Amino acid sequence: MKYEYLPWLILFLPLFSAAVITLFTLKHRNVSALISIGAIVIGFISTVTFIAANGWVTGEPAINWLSIGGLNIDFGLKLDRLSEMMMFVVTGVGGAIHIYSYGYMDDDRSKARFFAFMSLFTFSMLGIVLANNFIEMFIFWELVGVSSYLLIGFWFEKPSAADAAKKAFFTNRLGDFGFLLGILVVWAALGSLNFTQLQSALVANPMALGTIATVAGLLVFCGAMGKSAQFPLHVWLPDAMEGPTPVSALIHAATMVAAGVYMLCRILFLLNADALHVIAYIGGFTSLLAALIAVQQNDIKRIIAYSTLSQLGYMVMAVGLNGPTPAMFHLTTHAFFKALLFLSAGSVILGMHHEQDIWQMGNLRKKMPVTFWMFLIGALALSGVPPFSGFYSKDSILAQALEQKNYLLFGVAVFVAALTAFYTFRLFFVVFFGQEKSKAASRAHESPLVMTLPLLALALFAAIGGFIGITNSYGSQFIAGHETLSVAQQITEPLKNIGPMLCGLAAAAVGIFVAFSLYKNVTSDPLPAKLGGLATAMKNKFYFDELYEATFIRAHDFIATVMDVIDRWFVEGFCIGLVRGGTDFTGRALRLVQTGNLQTYAFLFVLGVAVVLYLVLGK
Amino acid sequence: MNVGLEHYLTVSFLLFALGLLGVVMRRNLLVIYMSLELMLNAANLALVSFSRFNNQLDGQVLVFFIITVAAAEVAVGLALIVALYRKRQTAHVEDLTSMKL
Repeated sequence: MKYEYLPWLILFLPLFSAAVITLFTLKHRNVSALISIGAIVIGFISTVTFIAANGWVTGEPAINWLSIGGLNIDFGLKLDRLSEMMMFVVTGVGGAIHIYSYGYMDDDRSKARFFAFMSLFTFSMLGIVLANNFIEMFIFWELVGVSSYLLIGFWFEKPSAADAAKKAFFTNRLGDFGFLLGILVVWAALGSLNFTQLQSALVANPMALGTIATVAGLLVFCGAMGKSAQFPLHVWLPDAMEGPTPVSALIHAATMVAAGVYMLCRILFLLNADALHVIAYIGGFTSLLAALIAVQQNDIKRIIAYSTLSQLGYMVMAVGLNGPTPAMFHLTTHAFFKALLFLSAGSVILGMHHEQDIWQMGNLRKKMPVTFWMFLIGALALSGVPPFSGFYSKDSILAQALEQKNYLLFGVAVFVAALTAFYTFRLFFVVFFGQEKSKAASRAHESPLVMTLPLLALALFAAIGGFIGITNSYGSQFIAGHETLSVAQQITEPLKNIGPMLCGLAAAAVGIFVAFSLYKNVTSDPLPAKLGGLATAMKNKFYFDELYEATFIRAHDFIATVMDVIDRWFVEGFCIGLVRGGTDFTGRALRLVQTGNLQTYAFLFVLGVAVVLYLVLGK
Repeated sequence: MNVGLEHYLTVSFLLFALGLLGVVMRRNLLVIYMSLELMLNAANLALVSFSRFNNQLDGQVLVFFIITVAAAEVAVGLALIVALYRKRQTAHVEDLTSMKL
């Protein structure tokens, strides 16, 4: 392996940058920004160099970190196609977003802090990608949770942002609790935490996990459920949009939320058929639920957030359908086009002076041409229109569903594809066409070059992502004897599964057409009148927040009250009171011995001497 | 009457007991101090008698040391008592209870 040190460098540069910014340059906003951008851009260049020099090399450089009894934990880097491709995505998309943030956060007085957090996040995310064992992954998993918390709550003076940060953190902790239990189960059953060793143990003896295989798989999936915001832990992701838009793009669209899917692909060998089945249905349900909610949202970022949820559901479903290749393919293309959509939305928000309601916008096509075209590319890719990348990855998921003969999930996937096209173009037409619906819209302006250039880079990948060999890369990871396809073959790949392709295309066409006919020139939403109660339910996110409020949060409050009483009266009043009172009483009694009279002491002293003399000499 | 070791030791004991009684009973610091010296000298007497009756000089040498140290101790002790008296206008132990809570 050439340049063996590069992966370590890529991993630790962002941490270094975060430390330098926090310790030394918090006062210098632009210096901090440049340090952070430099770290990730060097990371990107190093990734490209490393892959170019070595090809898709596999390796596992590791140092022993701690060993206690039978427990050996390495700090190692798992290098294979999966992690190298993810490294490319994280540093590539992340780099574009870092550069964009330089422009977006320009008028924020905490720009330096922002970039320190971003670097910390990049470090943690790369850690998840490169981890070679469960414990290392779990640590980075939590670090990602922390940086996500910090970034969602970046504008912590806004109560809504602080609440959203807490909500995200707690919901994730809930999933992580299951994840940790899963890790313990796996360790107890197989005695190792290293992915390579686990895999070879399970290949040698597929029944090694015995009857707890399903439980172990589902517990580990709990982690993915939290991070990738799958039903029923999906509630935090839309609220996470309280953070700055680049954060939404980087963490809550392109990378962190994809970590769950990545983790599932990494530990695919652990999941048995039953576990996969559950995973597939949870993914399918999430994608449907989120797509329905997205139809009736009015906040530009929330619409894209729900579409992220829906697409994550797609990926999880693909994993559950035993298709890690389509899942990772969609993850990669999604990272590019969703980051593109978010950054374009950010550009719109900035142009509109921080207005996020789409019914306040309109006709921005004229005012913001670059953003308009970039958003269009992202929207087409998301809707699955050929030849954009989303078409290829979505098609591979549909094909996978059909290949597994799961017609229910195939139907759901096609329906969701239609909904996706519909809500994306609803947003598109309302924001960029029609007439200006507010004064801010007529005064909107195009964003600076530092923001539009990253958009161009992302748009390039969103457009051509389908045929630059992403499937080849992941295919060789997961399918033994995978044949590398040429570019022409990759372009025509969907034609092999003509059925799913036509379904997908039809869904996209229907979605876009309906959106066009309903929203091409309106000033208010015509849908609630047509759908009635359903629209209200969609608008209110099917009342999940209210449901959780009424059940879990109430129950939690009740338990907390009981605990408070126990703590106050039993622990503090009885236990602590007894010890304190006892000490106090003894102290008061013993105090009487200290008379303060010199002669009493002398007398007692002599008495003592006499007693000692009697004991020594008297017998 | 043949004066033996026992007689000397009896005198020494009586002196020591007198001194101890003085330390415990008397209230004036100066008197307590003198009683302390009395106890020291009781010990000196015992040492000298042992030395005499055992035909060894060690005890007498020790007594010299004790007298020397006692002289130094008296100087320091008296100085302390004078300083205390100046500060508190009293040399009675009942009045010196500031260590008591």
